[in-house]
Amino acid sequence: MTATPFEIKAYPEMWAGLDMDVPRFDKARLMLGEMYQKSFLSQAKRPTGMAYFDNMIAEIHGGRIKELLATKAEGRPVIGTFCVYIPEEIVLAAGGICVGLCGGSQGSVPDAETILPRNICPMVKSAFGFKAGRICPYFQAVDFVYGETTCDAKKKTWEILDTMVPTYVMEIPQLKRQRDLDLWLAEVKDFKAKVEEVAGRTITETDLAAAVKIMNNKRKALQRLNSLRHHNPTPISGKDGLLIEQIAFYDEPVRFTKKVNALCDELEERIKAGVAVPTKNAIRVMVAGTPMALPNWKIHNLVEGTGAVIVNEESCIGTRYFKDCIDENATGMEGMLAALTDRYKEIDCSCFTPNDERITQVIKEFRDSHAQGIINYSLQFCHTYNIEEVRIRQACEREAIPYLFIESDYSAEDIGQLQTRIEAFLEQIGG
Amino acid sequence: MYIGVDLGSRTVKMAVWDGERLVEHRIAASGFAPHRQAEEMIADYRAKVVVATGYGRHLAAGHFADAVITEIRAHARGISHEFPGCPTIVDVGGQDSKVISLDAAGRVRNFQMNDKCAAGTGRFLEIMAASLAYTLEEFGQAALAADHEVQINSMCTVFAESEVISMKNRGIAREQIARAVHSSVADRLAGMLARLGHSDPVAFSGGVARNPCMVDLLKKRMPGVRVLVPKLPDITGALGAALHGTGV
Repeated sequence: MTATPFEIKAYPEMWAGLDMDVPRFDKARLMLGEMYQKSFLSQAKRPTGMAYFDNMIAEIHGGRIKELLATKAEGRPVIGTFCVYIPEEIVLAAGGICVGLCGGSQGSVPDAETILPRNICPMVKSAFGFKAGRICPYFQAVDFVYGETTCDAKKKTWEILDTMVPTYVMEIPQLKRQRDLDLWLAEVKDFKAKVEEVAGRTITETDLAAAVKIMNNKRKALQRLNSLRHHNPTPISGKDGLLIEQIAFYDEPVRFTKKVNALCDELEERIKAGVAVPTKNAIRVMVAGTPMALPNWKIHNLVEGTGAVIVNEESCIGTRYFKDCIDENATGMEGMLAALTDRYKEIDCSCFTPNDERITQVIKEFRDSHAQGIINYSLQFCHTYNIEEVRIRQACEREAIPYLFIESDYSAEDIGQLQTRIEAFLEQIGG
Repeated sequence: MYIGVDLGSRTVKMAVWDGERLVEHRIAASGFAPHRQAEEMIADYRAKVVVATGYGRHLAAGHFADAVITEIRAHARGISHEFPGCPTIVDVGGQDSKVISLDAAGRVRNFQMNDKCAAGTGRFLEIMAASLAYTLEEFGQAALAADHEVQINSMCTVFAESEVISMKNRGIAREQIARAVHSSVADRLAGMLARLGHSDPVAFSGGVARNPCMVDLLKKRMPGVRVLVPKLPDITGALGAALHGTGV
């Protein structure tokens, strides 16, 4: 806990240099700071290792942006992405930085709605609004955006986004037959060629091997954190767990890995000492579904506000991002890119059909995390996750797992109803 | 005395349980400060335990309530008392509608609740009644008496209202439009029941269960299933909360 009020640090000159709408952005900064203080810093029994991540939020629009700009000044590429299917290793191997751009705030939705239709995914609207309103320093700092074809809303938005920032698209197939995987590998090669072009250098096998190692280490650290959260009682709140998964998308990977591992050391000590967050008998819930992009903490706030705890996120900002590692024994550029693509195809996004692997994975994570119920969360208008909900629900019924489905966006309109539904769900689990 | 207070979106309901029977109940408009309304209502009783439910439950907990349960659990408890062993509940309140399935012991097994829009709620019926210049009582009676049915396609309150207006201006009889409004709510409830799965009988609670046309239409959509309406459907949640208080 901090004695002084928490504040997201301001860098108005740097923001002006990035052609941002500074007065507007400054207001958003203060709101985010307040929200963070209320949701995160007020939590009891926080691990001391969270101080690093608190600082990553305080410096979200400053310190990290400086690093991005320094990288650019050296002629190294900074690339923005919106999906865990874009291979970060390749950007790292070229000496660049890959950042997952944000799209988790209601604040930028009205900016998007001046251009895009209203009845589409809130994440796409929020992300697009950040660029349209010039209120995201990451968006302003990137050399280009690399999008993909995982949903219709994104696919068609790229065409419009491209008029504001150069936007390239990687085709992600929607089936996993051999000819689809061949296409995928070809797309990865195109991505590599584009990154090399911008970086002005060729990626060597040594470069790629080093980058794969860095990313695998980051994944292993996140896996370690996740398995510590699975301990009963859990040593860290779900909010803090989610926060770290969100920060994973913009922090420098080597430093991040070190800090996550240091936190894990502390959590191991806490487990030995019997520290339980929030309490020993807290109801344990697992979340599955669509990503919760920074600062979307809506469900976690509601669930943990009732004294329950979230112990796992089966999500792109969650296990889908780190559950699989790349085989480090592959040799030759061709072999290494094939091994890389092999790993990426294990991500079980609902854009694939069939997607039985995900149903199995959700149940596996439920068992591994010793959760007592599953909240399946889908963003509004996300057709594939919304429809896959039917199969997740059926699997939960079969396995007698308490289950709640929530479809929501970033607005606060449905907080009352959601609170009732979540509390009733926890009552149902508690008996 | 065990008191249950249901601080709903439209009304505050109170039930007083003396350990053996329901000795008193009251209903009042929620007003701007529902917890004050509730506090006034319970002031006349020497309560052993006060349990709050409904939208204002947490507000009540900050002021006078000893315990808080959700309306889902409160309705489950209230219906299990009135109709022991009843496996399914449809509750239509002012701001939401829900379907609850219970196990043999009356515990909540699963539930479905409408999300943020008012479709299929008491509020929807109220707005439609007003646009047809009916009181709520007349509305249900008129709909029941309609000899012919037209169809409303929109479930959204705002769009449905404009649909109703255009029907009025096409000269369609008022009671037929009233019937159409009721049918659209019944369809929505039947959809929620089908999604969650139901068995016989189905209890119908909440203020909307006093509407004869809604009960009739719900029965028609579930042939062979009994639809049970409690004597005082509005206070099911408050009664459930009071009963919950006996175990606090």
